[in-house]
Amino acid sequence: MTFALAVFCLLAAVSVVSAVLMIIQRNPVNSALYLILNFFSLAALYLTLHAQFIAIVQIFVYAGAIMVLFLFVIMLLNLGDDKRLREHLGPKTYLAVALAIGLVLEFGYIFSKSRAEDVTTQASNAAQIGTVEFLGQVLFTKFLFPFEMTSFLLLAAIVGAVVLAKKKLQH
Amino acid sequence: MVPLNYYLLLSAFMFSIGVLGVVVRRNAIIVFMCIELMLNSVNLTLVALSAYIGDPTGQMLVFFVMVVAAAEAAVGLTIIIALFRNKQTVNIDEINLLKW
Repeated sequence: MTFALAVFCLLAAVSVVSAVLMIIQRNPVNSALYLILNFFSLAALYLTLHAQFIAIVQIFVYAGAIMVLFLFVIMLLNLGDDKRLREHLGPKTYLAVALAIGLVLEFGYIFSKSRAEDVTTQASNAAQIGTVEFLGQVLFTKFLFPFEMTSFLLLAAIVGAVVLAKKKLQH
Repeated sequence: MVPLNYYLLLSAFMFSIGVLGVVVRRNAIIVFMCIELMLNSVNLTLVALSAYIGDPTGQMLVFFVMVVAAAEAAVGLTIIIALFRNKQTVNIDEINLLKW
């Protein structure tokens, strides 16, 4: 087993275990913390793929901004009451687990039939395309229009969030 | 080197865990976090394919997915706050305003 493979296996184990722990935690704060661990291991996986820019953005935007928002909302709602957090597990749960396992098997089957099986080395320019310099050049030339459009999306999200948070829903 | 398939299988596994969480959990915030997990597993696929093919388009798409995820998180959490204000619960079984 090479060093790269060992690193990959470690990071994959951390990300899968933290994802599983995230969905079985009863307290949403613990869930959020495991999700942050998952995001960090994903950022490290991006580094193994030479995607430095995406890795650092993953930590800044996901682990930094989005998860802080989640934790903020969880603490704002104060869901600490144990009785209220109890969830009913029934036959539906086992059906869902069976479906998820089926989904994994399906994905595995598709990948085993695809040509991805033969690809074992990264492209020769993989280390080059992940840099901020290269991605910045692509972003501001080829993807300039989508990039500008994201500003509208964010504006709409800000306005929507403010309007929704202000007004009480009538019923 | 790590084969491309390992990355794809890992992200498929994480995606399935996210699907499982969305189906099983009843807490709206955790369901929402599972959606973030699914978005991230697809991001991993895109970055892996981008690195193995040698094309920056995949990483650009991940960048835009992150923008959409940020907007989605802001609006979605606000909806959860608005629901909690009206119903005093985030259990999605009790939120059935649109149920026929």
